[in-house]
Amino acid sequence: MHPGLLQTVKFKIIFAICWFSITEVQAIVLTRFGFSWRIALLDSGISNLLLAGACLVIAKTFQYYNPQKNKYLFIIGLIVTLSVGWLFLSRGIIMPLAGNEADYVRYFSISFVLRLCFGLLITGCMALISVLWYTIKDQQETDRRKQEAETLARDAELYRLRQQLQPHFLFNSLNSINALIVSKPTEARTMVLQLSDFLRGTLKKDDDQWVSLASELQHLQLYLDIEKVRFGHRLLTIVENNTATDMTMLPAMLLQPIVENAIKFGLYDTLESVTITITASSNKAELTITVTNPYDAETSQPLAGTGFGLSSVKRRLFLLFARHHLLQTSFNNNIFTTTISIPQLP
Amino acid sequence: MIKAVIIDDEPLARSIVLEFVANYPQITVVQECNDGFEGVKAIYNHRPDLLFLDIQMPKINGFEMLELLEKMPAVIFTTAFDEYALKAFDTHAVDYLLKPFSKERFDKAMQKYLLRENKKTAQPNVHQLLEASAEIPGQSDRIVVKTAGKIRIIPTTNVHYLEAADDYVKVVNPDGGFLKKKTMAFYENNLPAKQFVRVHRSYIVNVHEITRLEPYEKDSHLAILKSGAKIPVSQAGYIKLKQVLGI
Repeated sequence: MHPGLLQTVKFKIIFAICWFSITEVQAIVLTRFGFSWRIALLDSGISNLLLAGACLVIAKTFQYYNPQKNKYLFIIGLIVTLSVGWLFLSRGIIMPLAGNEADYVRYFSISFVLRLCFGLLITGCMALISVLWYTIKDQQETDRRKQEAETLARDAELYRLRQQLQPHFLFNSLNSINALIVSKPTEARTMVLQLSDFLRGTLKKDDDQWVSLASELQHLQLYLDIEKVRFGHRLLTIVENNTATDMTMLPAMLLQPIVENAIKFGLYDTLESVTITITASSNKAELTITVTNPYDAETSQPLAGTGFGLSSVKRRLFLLFARHHLLQTSFNNNIFTTTISIPQLP
Repeated sequence: MIKAVIIDDEPLARSIVLEFVANYPQITVVQECNDGFEGVKAIYNHRPDLLFLDIQMPKINGFEMLELLEKMPAVIFTTAFDEYALKAFDTHAVDYLLKPFSKERFDKAMQKYLLRENKKTAQPNVHQLLEASAEIPGQSDRIVVKTAGKIRIIPTTNVHYLEAADDYVKVVNPDGGFLKKKTMAFYENNLPAKQFVRVHRSYIVNVHEITRLEPYEKDSHLAILKSGAKIPVSQAGYIKLKQVLGI
């Protein structure tokens, strides 16, 4: 909720100045007509006090209720009601206080229409100011929210791009190439090409695209080959698939973070050589992919260990298929297993 | 002769350091190591003057390995970490090479090291860097200690409490107490705040291990752990504990 019109200091000052000037002018005019100062002050003071009250009612009303439909009808209704009410209320209060003086009673009836016009004018102005003020405020609020949403979306996009590029993987691979250039130039060249193919494949892929398992595994193989150059004999991979699974489809870039996670988990949680297996099987309804990696039950905390990229994969699967438990993890005998099921579209 | 050890889990990353260091006849690489465990052994055996040390390595990272050393050699870190993660290095003037690095950049780091070595001026203080190193992710879930020549990795979920012991902190878990050359402030700042509370000047306790709290003397309490250990809780500590436990 933005600050109300009535809370702004500027408005308070202007409102007070206007009120004093109008009251003063009215009192002076009345004395010119030959009324006593008492009557003049009573009349202008009370009627303008009540009018000020009506104005505040209007400002408060629009703070909490700014109708979109039939807005002008609502405004006219409000100011007419308030003006008429104001007129009768002020007569009801002033008359007894003025002692029902004959001259004054006559004067009040003559000025009745004039007073009504004045009341309508003032309350009308107040209503317009309020409507304008709160409409602008609403607009500003909407703009701010829109901007915030855009910033969030942009940050998310940047984060995604950063993740896609995997600076750690990229720089370490470049470092390996740097080493190979002198000792084994041919291997350096192979790795440059593998890295380029891998990056090109990553950039080309859109998250909402579906690809065949065969092409996803092909892309993954580039990644595995690069990691094998980096880690030498420590990393072994076994990929098991068949012609039936090759034809199945899955969302792009879904398998990659799981395999990355397995490699990271395996390589950084054990000292010995690490075997990563990727097994695909399918029936008519579902493609199931199982990824395993070794881990050390004694030192790692399985619950914390499921972190890394898996939570985002889980989230994506849920958003795509509106089903829970499509990603499952388990661990026994120092082997960590991640299983994903991808429903096949008929 | 200056003795150096290279510690990096990627063979090719070691080979490039080896290639560049060959231009310095006064430096002999006495051993190459695959991980921090080999590193600790090699440093114990060879007493090297200089380390080329990777940060992300299996089981224990470069910082955790350094924490296990009694005498700190000069260190040049080699890492592919993003630059923003390395502010702490600049703060403590510790040299690091961002992978992939050029021969020129390598030479610059060596010049700096050799200059200090020749003038016998102090090498940058790696200890201060280690105090700040928790800014680098992936360390708040374990504590690496060395007892009787054996390195142990204690997951923080297994830690019962930590107790100040002169220049050390005693880390107590089901297997006993292990001394670690760190400050209480370090652990207070770096362990998960929802689980570990500094209840006393000399104690940080794992709230999951507390079974009950008993009043004790004036204004203070005792926290009784599942293991039966009794931990003093100061007045300020009691307030913090109540906040974390939501009582």
